[in-house]
Amino acid sequence: MQKNKIKKLNWMVYTGGIITAIIFIIVLIGRFYTPYDPSAMNGQLRLAGPSLAHIMGCDNFGRDIFSRVVEGAGTTLTIAVLVILIGASVGIFIGALTGYFGGVVDEVFMRVCDLITAFPSIMLALIIIAILSPSEKNIIWCLAILFIPSFARVTRSEMVKQKSQNYVKLAKLMGAGSFRIIFVHILPNMVPVLLPTITIGFNNAVLAEASMSFLGVGVSANKPSLGRMLSESQNFLVTGAPWYAISVGLAIVLLILGLSLLGEGLQQWRRNR
Amino acid sequence: MKYFLKKLITLIVTLIIISFLAFCAFQLIGDPIASMLGTNATPEAVAELKESLGFNRPILVRYFEWLTNFVKGDFGTSYSYNLPVFGMVMPKLGVTVFLTIIAFLLTVVVSIPLGALAARKENGIFDRLILIIDQVVMAIPPFFIGILLTCIFGVALRLFTPGLFVSFKENPSGFIGYMIFPAISIAIPRIAMTVKMFRSSIISQMQKDYIRTAYARGANSKRALKEHAIKNAIIPVISFLAVSLSEMLASCIVIEQIFSVPGIGRLLVSSIGTRDFTVVLAIVMILASWVVIVNFIADIIYQVIDPRIRFN
Amino acid sequence: MKKVLALVLAMTMLVGLAACGGSGSSQPVEPAKKEHGNEIVVGIPQDLGDSLDPYQMSSAGTREILTNVFEGLYKPNSDGDYVPAIASSCEISEDGLTYTFHLNEGVTFHNGKTLTNADLEYSFAKCAETTLDSSLPKFFANADITVNGKGQVIVQLKEAMSDIFAYISLIYIIPADYADQLTAPIGTGPYKFVSRSVQENVILEKFEEYYGEKAKIDKITCKVFEDGTALVTALNAGAIDFATHLSLDQVAGVGSDYQVIEGTTNVVQALYINNAAKPFDDIRVRQALCYAVNVDDVLQLVANGHGTKLGTSIYPSFKKYFDSSLVGYYKYDVEKAKSLLAEAGYPNGFDMTITVPSVYPIHVNTALVIAEQLKAAGINAQVQEVEWNTWLTDVYSNRDFETTVSGFDASTLTANALLERWTSGHKKNMINFANSEYDEYMTKANSTTDEAERTKLFIAASRVLTENAANVYIQDAAEFTVMNGLLDGYQSYPLYRINFASLYYTDL
Repeated sequence: MQKNKIKKLNWMVYTGGIITAIIFIIVLIGRFYTPYDPSAMNGQLRLAGPSLAHIMGCDNFGRDIFSRVVEGAGTTLTIAVLVILIGASVGIFIGALTGYFGGVVDEVFMRVCDLITAFPSIMLALIIIAILSPSEKNIIWCLAILFIPSFARVTRSEMVKQKSQNYVKLAKLMGAGSFRIIFVHILPNMVPVLLPTITIGFNNAVLAEASMSFLGVGVSANKPSLGRMLSESQNFLVTGAPWYAISVGLAIVLLILGLSLLGEGLQQWRRNR
Repeated sequence: MKYFLKKLITLIVTLIIISFLAFCAFQLIGDPIASMLGTNATPEAVAELKESLGFNRPILVRYFEWLTNFVKGDFGTSYSYNLPVFGMVMPKLGVTVFLTIIAFLLTVVVSIPLGALAARKENGIFDRLILIIDQVVMAIPPFFIGILLTCIFGVALRLFTPGLFVSFKENPSGFIGYMIFPAISIAIPRIAMTVKMFRSSIISQMQKDYIRTAYARGANSKRALKEHAIKNAIIPVISFLAVSLSEMLASCIVIEQIFSVPGIGRLLVSSIGTRDFTVVLAIVMILASWVVIVNFIADIIYQVIDPRIRFN
Repeated sequence: MKKVLALVLAMTMLVGLAACGGSGSSQPVEPAKKEHGNEIVVGIPQDLGDSLDPYQMSSAGTREILTNVFEGLYKPNSDGDYVPAIASSCEISEDGLTYTFHLNEGVTFHNGKTLTNADLEYSFAKCAETTLDSSLPKFFANADITVNGKGQVIVQLKEAMSDIFAYISLIYIIPADYADQLTAPIGTGPYKFVSRSVQENVILEKFEEYYGEKAKIDKITCKVFEDGTALVTALNAGAIDFATHLSLDQVAGVGSDYQVIEGTTNVVQALYINNAAKPFDDIRVRQALCYAVNVDDVLQLVANGHGTKLGTSIYPSFKKYFDSSLVGYYKYDVEKAKSLLAEAGYPNGFDMTITVPSVYPIHVNTALVIAEQLKAAGINAQVQEVEWNTWLTDVYSNRDFETTVSGFDASTLTANALLERWTSGHKKNMINFANSEYDEYMTKANSTTDEAERTKLFIAASRVLTENAANVYIQDAAEFTVMNGLLDGYQSYPLYRINFASLYYTDL
């Protein structure tokens, strides 16, 4: 039974990992080379269907959809990476400190986290961005801040668990300072817990960015983004260019599927360790 | 009883804090005057209207005025529609709540049996199949599900006319028929999550000592044991479902746009656009109350079912 | 294996059930063309989300529906002329300063009350006091309006004014001291207002006691489709009888049981440039922009070549003022654009922002194409989408912008409606255009009573706009009206206006 389980988690981590890796590689290559200039317009190719030259067809400006999907995925991933970088580092830092020291600050902070997480993050992000006016910078900051509580919570509860472990007590006896204990001794031990959290957070960031662009509160208009492309493509779903919406939609699904499989697999791997 | 009271007070304080933050935030970012004047807006006309609408008074004064009226049930008047906000928002709220509840019922009715079925034989074909479908479904963003459903059932199969919403008053069965597909779009990702959660909850119950001991003793009724495990496994699912109610409300905002359902989400998005604060504030407060109350109820249910929490 | 089968079965049944539920109850599955009543469903792209008070309507979308409910003494017709409405005729004195309007007999309001002198006096006073239209105050300042006992309205002008019928048509006649105009408007038009559900619909009904030729269709339901895709799918399903202001892509999928009528938006679409902002205060930079934009390609990319190119702030419906020689004044020439930029001190181009109101897909699309074209001249243009409210505040009122793609329509069919705003220091001179030659032509034109001379002066003024590259003029965009195949009688107006009263079913 135990063996069986390990096999299964491997399946998830591997499949998710491979999908994600392939997407990352294509996006990275896309930074330097795409089959066509993603923004080059051509009136003759307006809403041209998929062909050997344009495997996903062309959009309403005659732009190559595949090149735009690659570039759009790049935009989405860049935002997600920055959101996670900011959100996770701040969240982990705060969670580690409050979890280790406890006290009133801890109590207050956890209340605030409870309040923020009680609200669906898309709802909050939508309202905040609509107020702040949409721009890439605002989206990154807004999402990063909304993502802090989830990291802080996980780190905090794990920190509470870890700080009563023997190795921590030992380190204290040896005279190590609190910060040294937190960041040198405990944090590395928390990687198995944090890794799936980060992956899942990444997944959520991709989804959030796509949803916001879809609703028109995303990145600026001349930068391709998957969510925005999907909302534009909706217009042509009925009027003869369904491949536009379908190829963009599938790209989003694949991206999220890879990440969520990876996150799920990692979480099971941790549980079974 | 003390527990309830404490929770209730926290709830009210939370709502007041939210209302204050929201009120200030909206005041800081501009006013509805440009939308009201349109392309006839000139600096003089703007200043005049600003004065007559009282936007020049101190923010705290206006906040308390708004709060006392709000508590009394007077939500103010919409700047763009010139209608009382209460009468404007309530029918929309009805539509959204109805949508959420259908989606919720769908989720419960579909996911509980599926989860139980999957858990019957861990790692069986059926279990694996469901897990794979689950993972894929969870990766499809709700808005794409909405587009796909519109495309398949609305455009290709003509089972409903996208965009041709009929209100309950006009035609009750038409209304329900129209709401089915938006509700499915909202429910699908939730179903996937609930199935997964219920399944793993049952499996972990089955591995608990009391069940194992019973098995070891050669319990003759496996079914009774199973039922017992399911009963225990359902407790965390109930609170998950309760919290889902707020997530579903959030999905409504997106799904209403796709299916042109004139609910509270659409009104929210368009009112933010025209800076119609009285409407935006009323909706934000309704959404916030919904979230806070749902969490409150989840707490209570949890406590009633599982009294151990009282001592923690 | 059995279990899997059972599940698959259960799932199919579930889906089937849901599907049946859908088809059984949502009724407009098939277009019910055969047995239609004498009513139509109109798809409108935005809610009547502003005041319904006739003097405070701020959006064109509200105006075009409510002009079926409200009327002035005169009204515009589809040829662009002003014709009698509540008034039956008008006498003009020899000196052109006194206008005497004779009223129709038996004009009643939608609430059943007969039009009285008090109503007329109230309407003129109320309009003068509360109107949002910024061209009217000038008229009221110049005119002394009295109502006499013989059912006549006398307008006494201080100075001669040629556009008086245009102003008169904007003064809608409403019942005196009626308090609910904001939410339940009452006028004298061929249709009366019945109800409005926020973001759902607006319902109008034929007014049986209308004094003139009565409307033919009994009931008009304007359904709100804020999402363009929903409108298209509803059209596809045959659930709408009439919709206008559609783009080429939106009508591409409509069924053969619809008539598709091509028209124009009657809007001057341009890349409007803030003439006071750096580097656009340099005429060479503005001219470079004109040379760097390929208008033919814009039309091709945005609407497959449909639309009418413009060269100045006048669109072709203004037949006598439209000077076609100004179209194509700047021929697409990137090299010329580059050398002009180099002369102006920007040999490597510069960065700029195009701010567009996101509610207008046509302007957003045009901006995207322009941004792409400007790249060739070394100009890096960022397209910034903003909400309508933000656009009105920042761009229109505060003039805090570099460039914007937008459109200006005319509220009346006069050259002033399009040209007056660009005179130096005008309140609505969003682009801060300041040119003494232009101002001179405009002042002269407005003080001249000779029609031919006036026309010449207005055209000369419009030429100044082109020569100074005030804006990069793009087009009067194509738009399409889609109508149930059984309907007839549609009239297109050179203004924002839909006349429902002329529509009728050919089979009834």
